[in-house]
Amino acid sequence: MQPSDQVFVLLKHWLVGRSPAVMQPGVSILLTIVPILLIFPVLFAVTTVLERKGLGRIQNRYGPNRVGPYGILQPLADGLKSLTKEDIVPSSADRTVHFLAPLVLLAVAFLPYAVLPMGRNMVAVNLDSGVLFFFAIGAISELSVFMAGWSSRNKYSLLGAMRAVAQMISYEVPLLLSSIAVIMAAGSLSTVEIVEKQSGFSGIFPHWYVLTPWGFAGFILFMIAATAETNRSPFDLPEGESEIIAGYYIEYSGFKFALFFLGEYLGMFAISGLGITLFLGGWSAPLPFLTWVPSWIWFFGKLLGLIIGFIWVRGTLPRLRMDQLMNFAWKFMLPMALVVVVSAGAWRFLPQGVTRWLVSMVFIAAAYVLLARGVETRNKIAKRTYRFAE
Amino acid sequence: MLGEGIVKGLAETARNFLGSFIEKDRLVTVQYPEERLPVVEAARMFPFLIYDGVDQEEGLRCVACQICEKECPPQCIHIEKSKDKKPDFIGKQQFYPAVFDIDVSVCMSCQICVEVCPFDAIRMDNEFELSTDDRFAGLLWPKEKLAMPNEHYLAIHPTEATEVEARRAEEKAQAEAKKASQPAAVAK
Repeated sequence: MQPSDQVFVLLKHWLVGRSPAVMQPGVSILLTIVPILLIFPVLFAVTTVLERKGLGRIQNRYGPNRVGPYGILQPLADGLKSLTKEDIVPSSADRTVHFLAPLVLLAVAFLPYAVLPMGRNMVAVNLDSGVLFFFAIGAISELSVFMAGWSSRNKYSLLGAMRAVAQMISYEVPLLLSSIAVIMAAGSLSTVEIVEKQSGFSGIFPHWYVLTPWGFAGFILFMIAATAETNRSPFDLPEGESEIIAGYYIEYSGFKFALFFLGEYLGMFAISGLGITLFLGGWSAPLPFLTWVPSWIWFFGKLLGLIIGFIWVRGTLPRLRMDQLMNFAWKFMLPMALVVVVSAGAWRFLPQGVTRWLVSMVFIAAAYVLLARGVETRNKIAKRTYRFAE
Repeated sequence: MLGEGIVKGLAETARNFLGSFIEKDRLVTVQYPEERLPVVEAARMFPFLIYDGVDQEEGLRCVACQICEKECPPQCIHIEKSKDKKPDFIGKQQFYPAVFDIDVSVCMSCQICVEVCPFDAIRMDNEFELSTDDRFAGLLWPKEKLAMPNEHYLAIHPTEATEVEARRAEEKAQAEAKKASQPAAVAK
């Protein structure tokens, strides 16, 4: 194990060792929490620029390029702007809940990072039920969204919050089911153990779950559900600028709005991190001869890759309609996720070799073809004839 | 097959994304303060007053007839007529504006003042970068700020200006011919 791999762990141990014995537990906790509280907001700032520039390029524009060289200081300007803006609370709003909603969202957005292993030995808490903790915390974000929508006393806010709750609860089911497949295969709920199970190699191929038929299908389902869970385009109905203006945060201005934004992006990073942990082998290297690269570089590289994927999808797909959203969740995602679970079970109990690959693949492919028939709307496009108007 | 359209869409956006780095023609944005599109000849913002020659008091074409002041729909022009007179371009004694103010915060760029002016004294400028930190005095333009040399008019609206120039030259020639013939008539 290279020292570069463990540089942050060693640094922490060194700093804790230097502090007086009474303070050591406190210092240790502080040194675990503060980096998380610093790194991910910085990543948020970087992502906003990347997103705006990327979307701009997709639409053949430049994107922000005024603040600093190539516009990289844009988040600084955005932050200053939102800090200096007036904070307006509607006179009929429930002031306490209105104030609490962004704080709850932010607190909830930070908590899941506690169980994400960001490198070898780099996890804040190695909970035995880490994945369960992650989803339990993730469910609270629905509460904060509804708090925001309800307390604003605005019809658009309430509509947005209702949509958000309906969507998040619907998509939580396939999200959980697709991760259950991984939990079954790994035999553990601990995120650290799940990553360790995937860190081996057979030949040049890593033991990542995404490289199995059920894992691949599970990963795709997981990422689709994660997109819906974080309210990102094409599942941004709760915000729907063109329909309900900004949904549940229509009555938020200034820094509270920025906090909502931050919370949303932190949620996206966290769920991408979980996707990496469950399917993409966490901090493990993709090829055996690349293991000399520090493990945390792999984690953040994969995270950046998934973020770029999110931006790419946002730049491509238009927003779904409410009925399409629900049909997709309940008629395609849910049965597909169940098939993935069954396929993972078959994979677990069949002997290693071609048989289990074939069985697993047949399960997935058959389910995909059959379920796709139900989801695809039969567009009967014909020349329209008029009876009276000619 | 389900998902086929999504893959096609992703390929299309990727093509646009990468294409914007390779083909510069794709990026249609004009980076405004550094590069700018040429202003079209018919562009108009706010009126200005034309003067001939070098001295703006001497050569101002306006004779303070106040037609533009009366016709202006938002009433943004304020003129005070002079007590004395000065000769115009054909040597005729005319009044001139002692005060000529345009409140550009009120002006709606309708060009009616230009159309009604019988002396070709007021025209539309195409200057559009007019922001100021004083929204009262900074947007009330006095005669001194409004007065522009005729060359400026020729530069910004060449087609229209040459027409006006030709007409005025003809008028001046006629007036001179008349003046030349009149003393003879008196002498008779």
